[in-house]
Amino acid sequence: MIIIGELINGMFKDVGRAIVNKESDVIQHLAQDQVKAGATVLDVNTGPYSKNPKDDMKWLIENIQKVTDVALALDSTKADVIEGGLKLVKKKAIINSTNADEAKMESIFGLAKKYNAQVIGLAMDKTGVPNNKERRIELAATIVAKAMDFGISAEDLFLDPIVLPVNVAQAQGREILESIREFRLLCDPAPNTTIGLSNVSQGTKHRPLVNRTFLVMAVASGLTSAILDPLDKELVDAMITAELILNKNIYCDSFLDAYRKR
Amino acid sequence: MPVELVKEKCVGGINTVEIGRMGGKTVKIGGETCLPFLYHEGTMPNKPLIAMEILDQEPSDWPGAIKDSYGDTLRDPAAWAEKCVKQFGANILCVRLESVHPDYGARPADQVIPVLRSIISKAGVPLVILGSGDDEKDNEVMPKVSQALKGENCLIGTATQNNYKTLAATCLADGHSIIAESPIDINIAKQVNILISDMGFDPARIVMHPTTTSLGYGMEYVYSIMERARIAAFIGDKMLAMPFVLFVGQEVWKTKEAKETSVTQGVNWEISTGVTMLQAGADLLIIRHPDAARALVKYVDEMMKGAKS
Repeated sequence: MIIIGELINGMFKDVGRAIVNKESDVIQHLAQDQVKAGATVLDVNTGPYSKNPKDDMKWLIENIQKVTDVALALDSTKADVIEGGLKLVKKKAIINSTNADEAKMESIFGLAKKYNAQVIGLAMDKTGVPNNKERRIELAATIVAKAMDFGISAEDLFLDPIVLPVNVAQAQGREILESIREFRLLCDPAPNTTIGLSNVSQGTKHRPLVNRTFLVMAVASGLTSAILDPLDKELVDAMITAELILNKNIYCDSFLDAYRKR
Repeated sequence: MPVELVKEKCVGGINTVEIGRMGGKTVKIGGETCLPFLYHEGTMPNKPLIAMEILDQEPSDWPGAIKDSYGDTLRDPAAWAEKCVKQFGANILCVRLESVHPDYGARPADQVIPVLRSIISKAGVPLVILGSGDDEKDNEVMPKVSQALKGENCLIGTATQNNYKTLAATCLADGHSIIAESPIDINIAKQVNILISDMGFDPARIVMHPTTTSLGYGMEYVYSIMERARIAAFIGDKMLAMPFVLFVGQEVWKTKEAKETSVTQGVNWEISTGVTMLQAGADLLIIRHPDAARALVKYVDEMMKGAKS
């Protein structure tokens, strides 16, 4: 399971403040803590209030790479912000993200090809987020086809069914889980799948429990990566246990410890 | 139309363990990135080694087939060791400290250490050193042995799930590598590796003994466990990425098929078991009969012909 740590996001108050005040130690601690907790990739997002996202992205990447060498997921809606980041990364990055719109895909897959990056493909387009699995699969297939046109391999593609909060879109849970299973069948070798996990519990009272339960169900449906809070130890423990039950790792009494030593 | 072979790509590899005094003669085992001898999928940078097994005193219950091949040298462990190296070409030896066992002499460490020193001086090759199999006695003697041989960078065994702390601590302090043993159980094999590495032991200095069984006595089960561990290691399980050691001689020469018929059958029994273990992923075999050792060395050389360095 590829764990993409979500905490370096200007949307969070402490991170937003650290970006404005250039407090590199705040960002570096967050990076190190997430990696220590099991993150294999770190999402980097300057947040909605950044006045100069291009420079802020650059500053974040430079400071993160001073303390860790894990891969980064460059999270921005702006292609120039992503391109600026791609020029700086030391390891193969993930572009977060494209949707199924033609122009967006052209731009993002072009960057992915140029800089040898991976791409998260959101199963949505300018008409919005689908409300059933059929439409999600259709959009995901469009993204897969476009990626292939650009010569991007399936393993470098992360298809995201778009997770919606359970309290406002309860009927979508099953559609999303079934979409994950179907996405894996779109091509051979199978594309990766990912979700922005925390979205499922947005506005609910028992957020960790909802996150944890949904993640386990998604892993059972074939999820191969997730953007989540790796500092939630119970969440990561549940994910490790789910993968163990699916026979992805060999059991031993210290299986949680063993997974973290990987 | 030509058939295209399916090739497995791996993300992990087996650790390389070096045994022997730095600056002196050393050997390396492990380092593979493919299942045994499948060179189109990866590399086997170090060939599997055949270590001849000797005891620290004259063996009391070894069958005549083996005793006859060594003759009088069996009475003197250093001469025995020297014969293995000079006459049979051994480049690594395994010394089992049988004399420490309460049933076979209960010798204290200060009587065993001079024997080991004389073996080292006569043989001059890297050593695997095994305790007697009696936990209590081994925990008393092995730390002293380990300390006396500090710098020799031996491979010392065996640590088990219920008795690993003393040996791991002493090997760690004295710079030796360690054998982690499990009872034909992949879950316990992984657990012992974790327990030892949690003590601060470098996982790259652990060699696994998954338990050996002889041909005819459940060898296939050991094979399946080794293969499963290997595949897990190749897909990234670092707690199973250790080389394997197999005590083939010890197991084979217990069986009536090896002991009670002809010498040829006994030797062939040891060769067959050894070859199977090599095909399962063994990196180091401990062998008792010189003819079996010679045949297995030849087999390895033959199988390594296609290896890329």
